[in-house]
Amino acid sequence: MTAAAKPLLSVRNLVTRFGRGRGAVTAVDDVSFDVGVGETVAVVGESGSGKSVTALSILRLIPSPPGRIESGEILFEGTDLTKLSEREIMEIRGNRIAMIFQEPMSSLNPVLTVGLQVAEPINVHRRKPWDAALGTAKQLLGRVRMSDTESRLRAYPHQFSGGMRQRAMIAMALACEPRLIIADEPTTALDVTVQAQILDLLKDLAQGSRCSLILITHDLGVVARYADRVVVMYAGRVVEQAPARELYANPRHPYTRGLMASVPRLDGDTNKRLVPIDGQPPNLARLPTGCAFAPRCKQATDLCHRERPALSEIGPQHQIACWLETPAHV
Amino acid sequence: MSEADVLLRVDDLQVHFPVHKGAVFRKQVATVKAVDGVSFQLKRGETLGLVGESGCGKSTTGLAILRMLEPSGGRIEFEGKDITHFDKSSLRPLRRRMQMVYQDPFGSLNPRMKVRDIIGEPLEVHGLANDRKAFDQRIAQLMRTVGLLPDMADRFPHEFSGGQRQRIGIARALALEPALIICDEPVSALDVSIQAQVVNVFVELQQRLGMAYLFIAHDLAVVRHVSDRIAVMYLGRIVEIAARDEIYRKPLHPYTQALLAAVPVADPVVEATRKRVPVSGEVPSAMNPPSGCRFHTRCPLAMDRCRHEDPALRDLGAGRAVACHLHDMAAQ
Repeated sequence: MTAAAKPLLSVRNLVTRFGRGRGAVTAVDDVSFDVGVGETVAVVGESGSGKSVTALSILRLIPSPPGRIESGEILFEGTDLTKLSEREIMEIRGNRIAMIFQEPMSSLNPVLTVGLQVAEPINVHRRKPWDAALGTAKQLLGRVRMSDTESRLRAYPHQFSGGMRQRAMIAMALACEPRLIIADEPTTALDVTVQAQILDLLKDLAQGSRCSLILITHDLGVVARYADRVVVMYAGRVVEQAPARELYANPRHPYTRGLMASVPRLDGDTNKRLVPIDGQPPNLARLPTGCAFAPRCKQATDLCHRERPALSEIGPQHQIACWLETPAHV
Repeated sequence: MSEADVLLRVDDLQVHFPVHKGAVFRKQVATVKAVDGVSFQLKRGETLGLVGESGCGKSTTGLAILRMLEPSGGRIEFEGKDITHFDKSSLRPLRRRMQMVYQDPFGSLNPRMKVRDIIGEPLEVHGLANDRKAFDQRIAQLMRTVGLLPDMADRFPHEFSGGQRQRIGIARALALEPALIICDEPVSALDVSIQAQVVNVFVELQQRLGMAYLFIAHDLAVVRHVSDRIAVMYLGRIVEIAARDEIYRKPLHPYTQALLAAVPVADPVVEATRKRVPVSGEVPSAMNPPSGCRFHTRCPLAMDRCRHEDPALRDLGAGRAVACHLHDMAAQ
C-alpha cells in the first residue's frame, strides 16, 4: 500500500465487549489497522487473542446480546459500518465484503444444494432470477477449479470432501465480486496438501480481481507465504504490525519474537532447543492493568506491569505496543 | 542396527475394518483397509516420527501396536516377544512397558479424578501403590519431572490449562517407566506458544530416561524437531522411511516431496524463492483405494506402470526405503 492511496478498510480504535458488569470481557480492545486495495493482511494470534471477534465485528456479526461493538469506527470505502442499520449492513455483507469460515461443513446449509447456496448471494444482491444465478454459480464452481460443475451444482454439502466444501465456500464468497474477503482460519480443518491448494486458489482469485484479503490464522508459515502485511494480536490488542518481510526479519515485540522462537521450522536447526514462551495465554476476564503480555515477558519492567503501552511507530509502517521500544521510556 | 537394539519390530501389519449394511440381515459390504502392510523397526531410545494426512492409518498403526485394536494380519514383536495375539492376561504386563499419550488433553483425563489419582492409576492397576508414602513421593516426583508443581496433586483436570493437562497425560504415561511411549498428535490441540513447552518436555525426558517414542503427528515441522527417523504414510502404507535429515534434505517419494513442499516455512524471503510441487486432488477413500500405486491418482510423475503395479517398499540402504517405481528403476 502506498502512503498516498486511501485504504479500502480502516479499523479505528475498535472495542468489542461481551457481557456486562464484573463478568464483562473485552475481546477486542482498541484495535486499529488498515487494509489497502488488493492487499493481503494477515491477523495472527492464538485462541482468545480477539482475531476472530475482530473479523465478526467488521461484518457486524457479533451476537447481541451478549456482545456489542462499544466504540471505534470501521471505515469501509468511506462508510462507517458501525453506524449502519441492519438493513444497510446486509447490503454489504456477502456483497461488498464476503467471509469464509473455518469449518466449511457447519457454514454450509446441509439441506440445500451447493448450487443454490452459491447462487443465493447473486439472487439476493444482484436481483438476478434463479436460473441466471445458477448459471453464474456454475461458472464460479469452474473458477474454483471444480470439474464436472453441472453435477456439483446439484450435489449436497455432505457429498463433498473438506477441500471441495471450502472451494464451494470460496465460490460463494466470490459470487458478488466483493472488494474484501475475510477468511477466518480457512484451512485449519484441512490436510496440508489441500491447505496449500485452497490458499493458493484464494490468493490467485483475490489477486486476479484486485480484491483485498484479511487472512486470520495462527500459522506463521501461512502468514509468510501469503501475507503482504501482518497484524499480531495478543489478548484483544494489536501488539505489533508491519509488512511481512519486515516483521519476520526484524520482529520487535517480545511476544512476536517469542512466537517466532517457539515454532519449529521446516528449515530450522534441529539441534537447537525450542524457546517456549513461559506461562499461559491470559484470561480475558482478568487482564492485568499494564501490558497484557507483561506476566509472560522476560524483559518486563515495573512500568510494563503498571501502564498499558500504546501502539507507536518505530519504523516505516512498523508499529509496536511495547514500553521497551518507546523512546520516552529509554 | 543390531538385533539387541531393536525394541519394536512391525512386520506387514494390517488392520482392516469391516463395513456392514442392514440391521436385521447384517452383511459385510466392504472393508476399510486402514493399515495395509506396514513394516518398520524401532530401536531402544529412538524416536520414529509417523506422518501423513488424515485417514492415512497412522493413529490406527499406533493403536494396533498397543493392542488396543486387533491386527488383521502381520506381526508385532516387542522386546523380542511376538505380541500380535497376546491375550488379555499377557497384555497387562506388556502395558507396563508401552504407554500412550493422547491428542486431546480435555477428553483423555477423567474430569472426576484428582490429578494424583490420574497419574497414580497405572501404579495402582499394576499393584505398585501399596505404600502410601512411597506412592505420594512417586506422584510428586513424576509431577516435577514434567514441570508441574507437586502441590497441585489434589486438583481436578478442569483447573489446568491445555498445556498443563498434556503434562499430566505425560506423567501418567511415565509412571510405569515404559520402554516405549506412543504419542498420538500430542501437541496439535495446544496453542502455538504452548506447543514448544510440551515438545521440550518430550525431548528432555527422552534424554534423561531413554525411552523410545513413536511420535504420530501431521505437523511436519514438529515431527522433524523430535524425530531420529521418519516414516511417511499414505492410505494405509508407508511410502518412505529414512533418517530425519535425509528425508527433509532429499525426499525421494513424490508424495513426501509434495507434503514437504505444501508446508509453508515461516520466512517470507525463503517462501518467495521456494520451489513448489503442486499436488492435485485429495486423499482417496481407504474403502476403495486406487489400483497399483495408491498415490498415482495425484502423482505428477505417474507412469503407466504405476496404475497397474503396486510398488513394494524397497530398501535403498543406509536405513532408507521408498515405495515408488521411479526409484525401482534408479536402483536397477
